[in-house]
Amino acid sequence: MAHPLTIALFGITRDIVGASSLTLSIEKSTDVDSLLDQLRAQYPRLTELNSLLVAVNSEYAEGNQLLKKGDEIALIPPVSGG
Amino acid sequence: MILLTHQPIDVPAVMAHVQTGSAGAVDIFIGTVRNQTQQKRVVRLEYEAYEPMALKKMQELVDEVRRRWPVEQVAIVHRVGVLDIGEAAVVIAVSTPHRAEAFEACRWLIDTLKEVVPIWKKEVFEDGEVWVAAHA
Repeated sequence: MAHPLTIALFGITRDIVGASSLTLSIEKSTDVDSLLDQLRAQYPRLTELNSLLVAVNSEYAEGNQLLKKGDEIALIPPVSGG
Repeated sequence: MILLTHQPIDVPAVMAHVQTGSAGAVDIFIGTVRNQTQQKRVVRLEYEAYEPMALKKMQELVDEVRRRWPVEQVAIVHRVGVLDIGEAAVVIAVSTPHRAEAFEACRWLIDTLKEVVPIWKKEVFEDGEVWVAAHA
């Protein structure tokens, strides 16, 4: 069953998408890599970034991590603090 | 002390926070806004953070630095929002019994912060702007 997933966006990803968050409908067994594939297909400029990670509940996620309903998701483009 | 702030960083207050009677050394790193990058004049910087995750990662850095070095006190303060030339973007302060550990711990904190903490910096030029490190 599909469920909605809201993704928080920062920095260059916010500029590319043109919003500070976006909501996707994902299948129950979607993992991080397939979420990224879906987003890169929808927003090709994401493929130009040096790196693109996903944070799940404020932790960097591996590609095979499954996304659960209620997870707090964010796209993490290359960080540049300091 | 772990803090993200929209206000100018009070550097003496950060230093005071880490001073203890048993520390023989306080090392402080201040990252400041430079007026040019690759020969282009920078007008201002804009920082943004994924705040809950940034604070969590900063806490993990503090936990790890305490495991690696005999740290008495540690503070990490990062500014967010619009910064003018010369302002402090980040202040890291560490106190230890002796100076060698203070230098090492402070350097490890700023180097690791730049790699893992979700904070982003946009350089604004007279004729455009760029998110630092986003593209090759």
